[in-house]
Amino acid sequence: MKSNKKQISVASIYRKYGIFLILVLLFAASAIINSNFLKPQNLINILKQISVVTIIACGETMLIVSGMIDLSAGLVCTMSACFSAGVLASTGSITLTFVVGIGLGMSAGWLNGFLITRYKLQPFIATLAMTNIAEGITQIYTNGQAVSGVDKIRFLGQGNIIGIPMPVIVMLLAVAAIAYLMKSTTLGVHIYSIGGNEKATIASGINVNRSKRIIFTISGALVGLAGVVLMSRLMSGQPSVGAGYEFDAITAVIVGGTSFTGGIGTVTGALIGSIIVGLINNILNLLHVSTQYQLIVKGLLIAGAVIIDVKTKANKKSA
Amino acid sequence: MAENNVIVELKNIRKEFPGVVALNHVNMTLRAGRVHALVGENGAGKSTLMKILSGTYASYDGEISLDGKPVRFAHERDALEKGIAIVPQELNPIPEMTIAENIFLGREPLKRKGIINRKERSRLTKDCLATLGLDYDPETKMWELSVAQRQMVEILKAISRNSRVIILDEPTSALTGEETRQLFAQIELLKKKGIAMVFISHKLDEVYAIGDDVTVLRDGEMISTGLISDVTQDHLITMMVGREVKDIYPPLQAAGTEPLFAVEHFTSKGVFEDVSFEIHKGEIVGFAGMMGAGRSEIARAIFGLDRHNSGVITMGGKPLRIKSPRDAIRNGIAMVTEDRAAYGFVGVRSIKDNIVLPNSDLFSKHGILNVKTIKEKVTDICKKLSVKAASIETLAGTLSGGNQQKVVLSKWLVRNVKLLILDEPTRGIDVGAKQEIYRLIAELSASGIGVLMIASEMPEVLSMSHRVEVISDGHIIGELSRAEATQDKVMKMIVEGRKQNEE
Repeated sequence: MKSNKKQISVASIYRKYGIFLILVLLFAASAIINSNFLKPQNLINILKQISVVTIIACGETMLIVSGMIDLSAGLVCTMSACFSAGVLASTGSITLTFVVGIGLGMSAGWLNGFLITRYKLQPFIATLAMTNIAEGITQIYTNGQAVSGVDKIRFLGQGNIIGIPMPVIVMLLAVAAIAYLMKSTTLGVHIYSIGGNEKATIASGINVNRSKRIIFTISGALVGLAGVVLMSRLMSGQPSVGAGYEFDAITAVIVGGTSFTGGIGTVTGALIGSIIVGLINNILNLLHVSTQYQLIVKGLLIAGAVIIDVKTKANKKSA
Repeated sequence: MAENNVIVELKNIRKEFPGVVALNHVNMTLRAGRVHALVGENGAGKSTLMKILSGTYASYDGEISLDGKPVRFAHERDALEKGIAIVPQELNPIPEMTIAENIFLGREPLKRKGIINRKERSRLTKDCLATLGLDYDPETKMWELSVAQRQMVEILKAISRNSRVIILDEPTSALTGEETRQLFAQIELLKKKGIAMVFISHKLDEVYAIGDDVTVLRDGEMISTGLISDVTQDHLITMMVGREVKDIYPPLQAAGTEPLFAVEHFTSKGVFEDVSFEIHKGEIVGFAGMMGAGRSEIARAIFGLDRHNSGVITMGGKPLRIKSPRDAIRNGIAMVTEDRAAYGFVGVRSIKDNIVLPNSDLFSKHGILNVKTIKEKVTDICKKLSVKAASIETLAGTLSGGNQQKVVLSKWLVRNVKLLILDEPTRGIDVGAKQEIYRLIAELSASGIGVLMIASEMPEVLSMSHRVEVISDGHIIGELSRAEATQDKVMKMIVEGRKQNEE
């Protein structure tokens, strides 16, 4: 029994810190491989590059831990970016820009949740439908053209506080907020238990449908926020940027140790997962490895993360 | 003579897991045409022994001989090919596939390489079904079958492989009395065919009904092996638990007289009809009846897990509207469900999180959890119920059945529950933990909580109730006081199926 317990703790330590160890090793290796890597500007750039995807990943973490998923996040993010750009260009109001950007994301999220809870659609299907709807709306609104005239929001995309770029600050705030939500609130308990055993959660008197709608709505708000940050970074609303972000976000979540079968995972893990992906892309860039190869590395990374997930679970079962 | 029909002999089997001896010096002989019962408490090593025999565990000390020749199975397929098949407790057929597809999965009769001969498969399946006198259509989908029928298909799968040894791991745990009788009839047929069977069961009356030989395991040690006719049931129990278990049921205090809870004309069409009964404060009301009689269904509907069509539920004279467990819990009703793993707890979460789950109203303010209160309360309740775990952060799924059940009870006992519904509260739990749970139930009723108790084991429901409602075919067919309630009376009522309490 004793050594079995040890096995469990090795597995759980891995789940807790393993991904962080990998990050540290990768960081050290990168520093050795290329001298440009450690330059502060390079490191800050990595964080800046992952900011939008990581904000989306915060929402995806909540969803995947509770046994759901959002495939529409990328194109809803695009929609929010384009519409908020339009609002800013025509009204000049920063407040209204945020309200519209985040509001659109929230609405899409709520609608996803509504379809899933009211009509019992699979999250995969419901959000696949939403992907098309969001893309269509964006195309109609923008006519395929970039929406410009958003200089007023330069501070968000380009500004910084004590050297830390604004998008990175927004990203860290989002991670902190969702980490708190998942750890210290009743909704957090519901998120984990719905993903771990939905029937038992219902039998514990939780209004699971309501929780699912709230989770989707919060995740949608984050997607909307990511859209505004994206728009401010690009200094325009680009109808062709954002597609595929949902998969980058899901990659970060999975690499970060969240179990696809639900009930296990953290948003700080997703942040680390996102940094790992960003770091690998960065070092491959510095080494002049072309993007085609970077994609392959990313693919292997996802497979590797899931293998680890399965292995650690197998350890637990045999124990 | 007897030596001649020995098929398998296990000699001096020892199996160690890192740090623990799971089996030590175990001997067991399986003979053709005989049923060998394997009994012991949970964790006694029954499953481990059978996993060795069926090839799941390849590393062990000791010797297995088949037809007098030593063998060693490297994996399950190895054992299957040599004629040893296991019918696991948790059946896992593929529900969307037909009986024929399931039986011949992985060894389909072929027309030529890669092309399945479906007609032949159907025919073979029909033959196979006929050997046990079953006339199911081979092309029936598995999901259309009852649990008992699926069990038969699983056994047929073993027969169709020409297995000579079939291990039945708690085959009756999900069967009704009638289905069990049918299964036993089939087992008799298999005996005539010269097949040796291992029969694992917690139900000793079944062990006596069907077993020829018996082996008792306790804590990995073989306590006894021999003819079942040589041991009495009492002696068998004593060997299993290593102590006398006469006083497993605690005394009950007299029930209160103050009305607490009542249902009237409670109906769910096709499931149960016109059910009316009441529970007083501090009273334990037992539901006795066969499995499938509607006992669990009534309880699930009271708790809001299933819908009901009509009827009135009242608590303290006030009518309740219950459409979900949430409504029930708000009104002071809690339920420990029959299927612990599915409805009772979240295995991948900690003991603490499981206890917080239904109680976030007690443990939070404006949606923010109060970590300190949680830790105190959870530690308290776990101590009170003596939950054995490394800490409150231990994952619920890694606990033993008894401790899992204590966690489920803890979930409800941190709040002020007025009515506690217990559906098979001691299923799959060893005798020691059972005793603790009985004592707890007695304490709860003494403290004024009303309890609705459902149990398939008649002695359990009769010993742990102040009053017994006899359920049959979705109706309450009678009520017996504690003094009147005997197994014979209850059985008689069920068999006769009429009201006896109106005299």
